[in-house]
Amino acid sequence: MLRAGLAALAGHWRRHPLQLAMALAGLALATALWTGVQAINVEARSSYARAAALLAQDRLARLVPLVGARLDEADFVALRRAGWLVAPVIEGWMPAGAARLRLVGIDPLTAPPGALALPAGEAGGLAGFITPPGRFLADAATAPAAAAHLPGPVAAAEGVAPGVVVGDVGIVQGLLDAEGQLSRLLLWPEQPAGLPAWQAVAPGLRLETPAAAGDLARLTDSFHLNLTAFGLFAYVVGLFIVHAAVGLAFEQRRATFRTLRALGMPVATLVALSLAELLAMALAAGLAGVALGYLLAGALLPDVAATLRGLYGAAVAGGLALRAEWWAAGLAMAVAGTLVAAAAGLVRLARLPVLSAARPRAWARASARLIGGQAAAGAGLLALALGAGALPGLPAAFAAVAALLLGAALVLPGVLAAALAAVAPTARGPVAGWFLADTRLQLPGLSLALMALMLALAANIGVGTMVSSFRLAFTAWLDQRLVSELYVTARDDAEAAEVREWLAPQVDAVLPIWSVEGPLAGLPGEIYGVADHATYRDHWPLIAAMQGAWDRVAAGRAVMASEQLARRAGLAPGDALVLPGGVRVEVAGVYADYGNPVGQVLLAADRLAELYPQVERRRWAVRVAPAKAAELAAGLAERFGLEEGAVVDRAAVKALSLGLFERTFAVTAALNVLTLGVAGVALLASLVTLAGMRLPQLAPVWALGLTRARLARLELARALMLAALVFAAALPLGLALAWLLLARVNVEAFGWRLPMHLFPADWGVLLAMALAAAGLAAAGPARRLARLRPAELLGVFANER
Amino acid sequence: MLLEVDGVAKTYATGDGPVAVLRAASLALDAGQSLALTGESGSGKSTLLHLVAGLDRPDAGRIRVAGREVGSLDDAGRARLRRETVGLIFQQFNLIPALDVAANLAFQARIAGRHDRGWCDALAGRLGLGPLLRRWPEELSGGQQQRVAIGRALAARPRLILADEPTGSLDEATGEAVLDLLLGLVSETGTALLMVTHSLRLAGRLGGRVHLAGGRLQPC
Repeated sequence: MLRAGLAALAGHWRRHPLQLAMALAGLALATALWTGVQAINVEARSSYARAAALLAQDRLARLVPLVGARLDEADFVALRRAGWLVAPVIEGWMPAGAARLRLVGIDPLTAPPGALALPAGEAGGLAGFITPPGRFLADAATAPAAAAHLPGPVAAAEGVAPGVVVGDVGIVQGLLDAEGQLSRLLLWPEQPAGLPAWQAVAPGLRLETPAAAGDLARLTDSFHLNLTAFGLFAYVVGLFIVHAAVGLAFEQRRATFRTLRALGMPVATLVALSLAELLAMALAAGLAGVALGYLLAGALLPDVAATLRGLYGAAVAGGLALRAEWWAAGLAMAVAGTLVAAAAGLVRLARLPVLSAARPRAWARASARLIGGQAAAGAGLLALALGAGALPGLPAAFAAVAALLLGAALVLPGVLAAALAAVAPTARGPVAGWFLADTRLQLPGLSLALMALMLALAANIGVGTMVSSFRLAFTAWLDQRLVSELYVTARDDAEAAEVREWLAPQVDAVLPIWSVEGPLAGLPGEIYGVADHATYRDHWPLIAAMQGAWDRVAAGRAVMASEQLARRAGLAPGDALVLPGGVRVEVAGVYADYGNPVGQVLLAADRLAELYPQVERRRWAVRVAPAKAAELAAGLAERFGLEEGAVVDRAAVKALSLGLFERTFAVTAALNVLTLGVAGVALLASLVTLAGMRLPQLAPVWALGLTRARLARLELARALMLAALVFAAALPLGLALAWLLLARVNVEAFGWRLPMHLFPADWGVLLAMALAAAGLAAAGPARRLARLRPAELLGVFANER
Repeated sequence: MLLEVDGVAKTYATGDGPVAVLRAASLALDAGQSLALTGESGSGKSTLLHLVAGLDRPDAGRIRVAGREVGSLDDAGRARLRRETVGLIFQQFNLIPALDVAANLAFQARIAGRHDRGWCDALAGRLGLGPLLRRWPEELSGGQQQRVAIGRALAARPRLILADEPTGSLDEATGEAVLDLLLGLVSETGTALLMVTHSLRLAGRLGGRVHLAGGRLQPC
């Protein structure tokens, strides 16, 4: 019985291969986008974990300089002599051709137990590691490239983060030109009893707990949450396709189900057979989806890695490892998605009365009845979005985005039905009247695909507006910030002083770019020194400021705070801020500082040098007549023999920054296009599946005197009209989404608020894309209708359809 | 002559090879006449009706409707023939589900450019559809739907009605009532009627009868 039952059910798919293909494609695409995004997230998080776990830094407390990035090796010696079990670490960037290597120097003799296992090799474990030219460790992908730039051999080692090379502390100090300097001291978990307080031995240090240190994963959480949201969004859009295809298949097979029941097959068996059929589809599509997702992740990962490096300085491997858990998770998502998408059909099947008449349009009519309920639920969700949008916190912002999108999707069929009903009385002629009435009848069958299209369009408008607004703000901000004609970096402080002396008589101004790192309001931060100059007074992009703000900064009593710092610490002009070392200053103003993950303040340069004498003074911004800039740059390079990159002009810095910006959003753009593609497939799936059911509605109209060609044109026009209506609905939704992203998500996730700009030309392009997608999706069914053999239409009039 | 069918042949390809449904079928029908077309299931009755309506093309032979050679018309020409000259009535009614009863009733007349509101109202009254005009097709019984289909066919004042077992889906009493209405209206309007039926009793109520067997028409 089971075999016969399965054969009867499977026969439907044999007769409707396109419908089967659509269901499988929808599920495979949904799974692919979800697993692709998850693969990227897992790979990135694995990189963070490896970086955090290097030298057990994710579980060890460390001593770091109170201010600045480096501490004196003498502090390490003093602490060891006092009995403290501490291990020195030096970290820094070394140029390696066009790229850079992150070097981490450790001392294996004092490293905490189990912190790093040195792999044995030909060069010999410990001795080879610490004896010049030394031996280095890197992950398998980094090792070959690093070897060309290091004095000793590089061995591949597991547990080292991508892009990182580990070596002996003394050798790395030499490579980084940082003799006698360290980045931090790792504290062993167990210390001898009766030690003097470390603060007494090394007063220039501060303690950092493992939780505060391992913040890369937390910093990047919002980025990964964004990716996950995109993946989930595409997954849901994909499930729309599955739901439409499986739902229609259930309706089309209603007569078969009824006959099987009448012939004695128990309803439980019928449900079980349907379930088995669905599981087989889910597994087949899931396998294809995971494989596709792997390819997708592989293609996107380099851009994601660039984004993470640009935004957070996080090193992520550009390659992808094939993990068993993806296959399992991908298949589980495919199966779960199929069951969710088919749940309504299975319930209907379980409740199907034996004598139920075949009603091919029952599904559509039932869906039509649902439109009212859906609209009410959607309105509730939109109200929820309004409420969540007003609450603080990133989860509330994302909840508002989710409620807005889902609510709008649910409301859409009702809005379209109302719009069609409103224009129906204005229809001129019987064909236009029939066209509009028939379109309303098609809405339930098309609503899921139209929802998917609207969501994809809204996401495009919303994310596009956000990115383009960001680009405009960023470009304007760069133009304001990058006012100096040249930027010079000397090799050391002494050379920097010589450069300044040489430049001074030839230029309008030589402005310091000096900075130290240190905690601000309990968060990692940077303190920059600025000169009292019109460059800042006239150009610096202030968001809020006190009266005479720059005068207060120039007097050394006040600082300008970056927007990120101000938002995170709740600072406003007039508030007090304690700088590292305990100096209390006033916040004179707040300025925009896009793209910087850490908070920043601007302090008078003299005051900075006074408070933090160890500050590096190697960089200058030069104000000079633009026409003289190139000549001056050449003169600088020649006079001081500066390396390429040590003297850069404004255009180069701007191009570099904008290039980084574009790469940062490359992934977003790719996911945007993919989501629109999935929505296009959803529309195609619905139109193709509905096309088979349309004949009984179209054949009488044909028989009454409309040609097949005209009917085909009308079908095409219907798809275009619906796409245009959906775009009209997607536009305000997309703008609302953009506002939420700019005014809520960005502020919560990154700490900056961007002004929202509108880009009507982009909407025009997107409308054209939507019409093209709808036109392409409808072209196949319309072409088939135009070329349909009369015998097929005549079949509708036969006694048995 | 309003309708002339002369030596028409039609063969269908099937899994068991070609099947000749019609072989040199011929008939003629003038304005105001009615003719029943009988024959066994699968004898080709519906096929002949479809060929006359221009819904399909014959393999051989000639069909002239109101002086026009159907075989020589292109797709648009045949569509125009159906809109303006022919009224079709199907066994399964084939009403347009997106339109209410009133719109269904007027649809063909409107696309033919011959909508006459008074005539439509009169037809609705004769067919007992007055109270049903704002209802949807799926809300009607079979008999009610067939009355709408008859009204739709007659609303455009066609010169030829082609009815394919118009009472085949109805019970005997309803079928009789529907046929009474159809014949009454055909007689009043002077329209010619070619009706496919299995029932010799119903066929006997028409002006003439031809029987289709072996692909050929035989007068009875």
